[in-house]
Amino acid sequence: MLKTQEFTLNMGPQHPATHGVFRLLLHLDGETVVKAEPIMGYLHRGIEKLAESRTYTQVIPYTDRLDYLAAMLNNLGYVQTVEKLMGIEVPERAEYVRVIVSEMSRLASHCLATGAYALDLGAFTGFMFPFREREKLMDMFEMICGSRMTFNYMRIGGVADDLPEEFYPAIKKFLKEFPACVDEYDGLITGNEIFQARTKGVSVLSSKKAIQYGMSGPVLRASGINYDLRKKRPYGVYDKFDFEVPVGENGDCFDRYNCRVLEMRQSHRIIEQALERLQELPEEEPLNAKVPKVIKPPKGEVYHEIEGAKGVLGYNVISDGTVNPYRVHVRRPSFINLSLIDEMCRGWKVADVVAIIGSLDIVLGEVDC
Amino acid sequence: MESNQVMKQIKEKYQQVEILDNHLLVPETDIKAVMKELRDAYGYNVLSNETAVDYQEYFEVIYNICRVPEGDMINIKVKIDREKAEIPSVVDIWPSAGWQEREIFDLLGIRFTDHPDMRRILLEDDFEGHPLRRDFKWVGGRD
Repeated sequence: MLKTQEFTLNMGPQHPATHGVFRLLLHLDGETVVKAEPIMGYLHRGIEKLAESRTYTQVIPYTDRLDYLAAMLNNLGYVQTVEKLMGIEVPERAEYVRVIVSEMSRLASHCLATGAYALDLGAFTGFMFPFREREKLMDMFEMICGSRMTFNYMRIGGVADDLPEEFYPAIKKFLKEFPACVDEYDGLITGNEIFQARTKGVSVLSSKKAIQYGMSGPVLRASGINYDLRKKRPYGVYDKFDFEVPVGENGDCFDRYNCRVLEMRQSHRIIEQALERLQELPEEEPLNAKVPKVIKPPKGEVYHEIEGAKGVLGYNVISDGTVNPYRVHVRRPSFINLSLIDEMCRGWKVADVVAIIGSLDIVLGEVDC
Repeated sequence: MESNQVMKQIKEKYQQVEILDNHLLVPETDIKAVMKELRDAYGYNVLSNETAVDYQEYFEVIYNICRVPEGDMINIKVKIDREKAEIPSVVDIWPSAGWQEREIFDLLGIRFTDHPDMRRILLEDDFEGHPLRRDFKWVGGRD
C-alpha cells in the first residue's frame, strides 16, 4: 500500500461549518481524519465569574448569551433555579406563558440547526426554508420583549410583561402554517437522496458511548435512549401536556438531524395546548409571584436541570445569604456533547467532519461560557 | 430504589460518609470507591455535572450523578484542602468527567490526579492564575 505522510489542517476558528469561533485541528492521512483536536475558548467571557459580582436579577441577561439561539430556555433554567432556592411558587398564568416562549425558543433553535445543517452539506434552498419560520418566530419574540436574540424576558417569580395583543393572531397564524412547513423540510432535506447519502451511517454513536460521555438532548435520543427531562423530571407545568419524545435508532448523523425535525412537531403541539390553557385563565391573574424587592435567597444551594434545545441544561446556584450569588455554575449541554468529537471524527473524511459537527448542533456561546 | 434509600445504604457501608440535607458528603479517600459502587451496584450511569466551589478555607467538588433513562439524581460533595488542591479523577469511572475536570482545573486550579490530559481548556496555556478562585485579582469589571 502507498504510504502517505500525515499532515495537519486547521478548521476554524473562523470557519462557517464550525458554527462559531471553534477550532478543530485535524490530523489527516490523505483525506481521512486520524485525529481531531478541539481547541476552544475563543468566546470565553467568564460569565460564571461575572455573575459573582452581580445581583440575582442582573445575572438573567448574561444567561441569554450562553445559548444565544434559544435564549428563553437559558432564562428559564436560571430563574427556576433561583425560585427553587427561595421557595417561590410561580402563578399558573406565568407558567403557561413561560412554556409558550420556551417552546418557541426551541423551535427557533431547531429551525436554525436544521437549516444550517442543510447548508453545511451544500443545500442552499434547504437553508432558506427553516430560516423563513425562524424569522417569523423572531418577529414574535420582538413583539413580546422587544428583542430578537437576547430576550431577558423571564424574571424571578414570573415573566417581565404580559403577552401583547398582537401576539395572539401572529402565533395562531404561525401554528396553523407550521406543520406544512415541517412537511416542506422533510421533502426538501430529510427525503433528499444526496442528504441521506451524506448522513446515513455516518459517525454512529452507540447508546453505551452516549451514556458514558454524558450526552443529552437530541444527540442522546438519536442513539435510542428515551431521556427527556420534560417527561422524566417534569418542571414547571410540563407534566400537563400531551406530547411524545422522538427517539432514533441508529445514532448516526441522520438520526440526530431527524430527531430535531420530529421534535419541532412536538413543540408545536405543546405550544397549541399551552395557548389554549392560557386563554382559559382569567386575564386578571397575576404574571408574577410576590417577590421581595431585594432578592436575597437564604443560605443554601440548588442544582436544577431543564431540557434545553441542545440537551440537559443545568444551573448550580449557591447563595451565601447576600444579594450576590456566591457561585453560579452552568452545565452546558453543547460543551459536554462536544467532548466526543475526536472519536466521532476518526476514520471519516474531511467532508464528513462538517456533517458530524453540524449534527451535534453546538453553539459556541455555550461551549465557551 | 429511591435515591434517599441509596444514600442510606452508602452511609451504612462507608462509615465516614455523611448525609446532609440533599447530598452526600464523602471524604476524599472514599470518593472513587463510592462512585464505583453507585455506578455498578445502583445503576447511576451518568455523571451529569461536575463542578467546584472555592469557600476560601477549602474547596468543594460537587458531582451530580443520575440514572438514565429513569432520571433520578444524587448529589455528592467532597471537601478538599485548599493548599494542596488535589483530588483523584473519576474519568475512568465516567468518561464525561474528562472535559469538566479540565474546566475545573482551568478555572479553579484543582488538580485531578490520574487525569489523562490535565491541561487548560478555555483559557490560553500561558494564562496566570485561576479566575474562579475568590482571591483572583482582576482588572476592570465591578468591585
